[in-house]
Amino acid sequence: MSFISYRFRHLAAASLLALAVPALSPSVPSFVSPALAADTPARGGTMNIIVQPEPPMLQLGLNQQGPTQTVAGKIYQGLLTYDEKLDPLPSLAKSWTVSEDGLTYTFKLHENVKWHDGKPFTSKDVIFSTTKFLPEVHSRARANFARCESITAPDDNTVVFKLKEPFPAFIRAFEVASAPIIPAHLYEGTDYRNNPANATPIGTGPFKLKEWVKGSYIHLVRNEDYYKPGLPYLDNIYFRVIPDAASRALALESGQVDQSQYNDIEPFDVARLKEVKSLNFTTKGYEFIAPVSWLEINHRVKPLDDKRFRQAIMYAIDREFIRDKIWFGLGKVASGPFNSSTKHFDSSIVPYAKNVDKAKALLDEMGLKPDAKGVRATVKLMPMPYGETWQRLGEYLKQSLKQVGINVVLESTDVAGWVQRVSNWDYEITTNFTYQYGDPALGVSRTYVSDNIRKGVMFSNTMGYSNPKVDELFTAAAKENDAAKRQAMYSEVQKILVDDVPVVWLLEMQFPTFVSKKFNNVITTGVGVNESYDSVYLSKP
Amino acid sequence: MAGLVPFLAGRMVKAVVILFAIVVLNFLLVHAAPGDPAMVMAGEAGAADAKFVEQLREQFGLNKPLHEQLMTYVGTVAQGDLGFSYRQQRPVWDLIADRLPATLMLTLSAFVVALVGGILLGTLAAINSGKWSDSAITVVALLAYATPIYWVGLMLILLFSVSLGWLPAFGFETVGAGLTGLDRLGDILAHLVLPVFTLGLFYMAVYARMTRASILEVRDMDFVKTARAKGLRESRIVFGHILRNAILPVITVAGVQGGHLIGGSILVETVFAWPGIGRLAFDAVLQRDYQVLLGIFFFSSVMVIVFNILTDLIYTLVDPRIEVAK
Repeated sequence: MSFISYRFRHLAAASLLALAVPALSPSVPSFVSPALAADTPARGGTMNIIVQPEPPMLQLGLNQQGPTQTVAGKIYQGLLTYDEKLDPLPSLAKSWTVSEDGLTYTFKLHENVKWHDGKPFTSKDVIFSTTKFLPEVHSRARANFARCESITAPDDNTVVFKLKEPFPAFIRAFEVASAPIIPAHLYEGTDYRNNPANATPIGTGPFKLKEWVKGSYIHLVRNEDYYKPGLPYLDNIYFRVIPDAASRALALESGQVDQSQYNDIEPFDVARLKEVKSLNFTTKGYEFIAPVSWLEINHRVKPLDDKRFRQAIMYAIDREFIRDKIWFGLGKVASGPFNSSTKHFDSSIVPYAKNVDKAKALLDEMGLKPDAKGVRATVKLMPMPYGETWQRLGEYLKQSLKQVGINVVLESTDVAGWVQRVSNWDYEITTNFTYQYGDPALGVSRTYVSDNIRKGVMFSNTMGYSNPKVDELFTAAAKENDAAKRQAMYSEVQKILVDDVPVVWLLEMQFPTFVSKKFNNVITTGVGVNESYDSVYLSKP
Repeated sequence: MAGLVPFLAGRMVKAVVILFAIVVLNFLLVHAAPGDPAMVMAGEAGAADAKFVEQLREQFGLNKPLHEQLMTYVGTVAQGDLGFSYRQQRPVWDLIADRLPATLMLTLSAFVVALVGGILLGTLAAINSGKWSDSAITVVALLAYATPIYWVGLMLILLFSVSLGWLPAFGFETVGAGLTGLDRLGDILAHLVLPVFTLGLFYMAVYARMTRASILEVRDMDFVKTARAKGLRESRIVFGHILRNAILPVITVAGVQGGHLIGGSILVETVFAWPGIGRLAFDAVLQRDYQVLLGIFFFSSVMVIVFNILTDLIYTLVDPRIEVAK
């Protein structure tokens, strides 16, 4: 497919979305290509999507693993979803207003929405989810809704969130996995984690769970009572569990599955699959999570506590090589802590470039002289156990750090051991990445602020990095209602962090999504494959 | 066969003691691994706080002292209950029972194919020893024995599924086809061909090599010469005299493999997305899903013990000189 027609399809996708829902966001173009008018979406069809690993459960409030989100994002819905620029789009909320002082968020809900068991959906469910269910079981939602002074429902279709103090990131807290709306009539007053309803998730989304054959597939069927007339188009979605990466690539190639996402396809298979005529390739649709990968460094261990040592690592490695040879071109070299898709990214920051002499000079300055074998220091590196690519990265780092006299001892572990050791600070260097959820206050500051140094908690400030100025700027920026002032603070904090190198940033990660060309409107927003898929349709043969 | 009843009774008593030891050892081993299921789930969620992990530990019963957890576990197993997987929100027995048919179908078919094929090929190679057919069989068996099983699987998929399009590559059956009766059976059998051949090939090589070596040892013995001198047909000599004596070591190895049938095959199940117990066990290790892992260990321990007893009994059938010991 040529570049031009890809663009057209993409525009058509966006415009269909705009037609399907009352258009409220100005960022969705309302342009319809006459050439595409012939290809009107029709009802029907089955989509086969890889799901890997198999989710432990589909109750999205209780479990937010990647695969759970991809499947349950079609069953459950949040109040909002987000476009590629991370501006809000309607989902269960059809419109919303934010008061001038940034304290009151008012959502108008769609009317005539029904749960999959036929019961009506109302503001009562939103109140239950955001005041009771999610604060009890969902770590991120707990932090976000704790900022509310009150959450009230003046009527069945209106919900009002009153904040204690301004928190502009709040508008990005309503995506389906961040705040899925849970049916109050099934969960109110129960033991949420042991509720039998967890096995048969009931949502408001365009697809309902029909059958889950553990180890084989999850079958979703069209929700006939979906509140958007005529939608969804597809009759069935099957999520197929294919545990082996090579088998997954073959399944896509042979057309047995229509879509793969996230890490389903190993980077080394991507180039080959891009050539497959029946598949479209994109790295779009991950803007909301926007991960940045890094070398996580334990500042409690000498000489890792010295920022010159961390800068030396930054200068010793060639991140373009890492991107091109280890990730086979997937990703962008990260300039600093913010992903360029995340709000308030400062594009003026120049990324560190490989400079072996500078690295050596910094180490010399620290007094780390090479011994007889040329070794200045020995550090332990434990690559994260998330597949082959991270192991290759570990081997590369061992070699490239050797050039500046840093001897690396590789350690290996599995997921359970890794989480155990990293969260309890029992490591020297590891690799890691986190999702940024669109806003620095939601997904970036947690890694660097010192009040998030909490032993035993994964994805906190496990390095033990502490800089009072950084704490102050992140705290102030999160509450700042004025966009320009907020940007100034976030720019400043980015500059400080880039100089301090609390972690050695590697790449703004990109995930390959392959979708069969038979399907249209698949990746239309910044939430990508975790979207509801209510407007996905199958081209006529 | 007079000693059969005391033999079985004695083995049963031993089995109970062994099983108890297995349960306790397994329990201690899986808990010795770093990390726990709550940690794994916190790691998978991509975000966590202390409360999240605490709630999961409490739900999974991991906040109690280890010896208390062990007592509880031994108690439930003694009552014939394998426990509950909190991660999957289902009783362990249900999880195993769900996967059992697929696993048995795969491993039993592969077992039969391997045993029959291996003994036949081994015999053929032995009676033609030194000729080209012997060399061919030996070389192929060596290759099949030495090639990584997942690689064989992938190559078979590439050839028969992607290039030729003859056979389905993944899964247990065609999902969403709504087949019933004989059509469904045919569909499942088609899905079974590649994984069975892949798994069977390795063991077939093992049996073929053992059978050949064993026959070569037996065929020059005096009783074979006697049989020949009596003027018996060659086929009668091979199957009635040589093979019957040569097959004991093969039965020993087959007995060991038989005990592992229930454990499935992690590699083949992974490559072919076959929903069997091997994958369930492998996932349970990574996820520290203790109850599931212990359940599978227990269940396969029982099978190993049963197959060992069966193997001992089969010895006495094949070779009447062997008697079951008290």
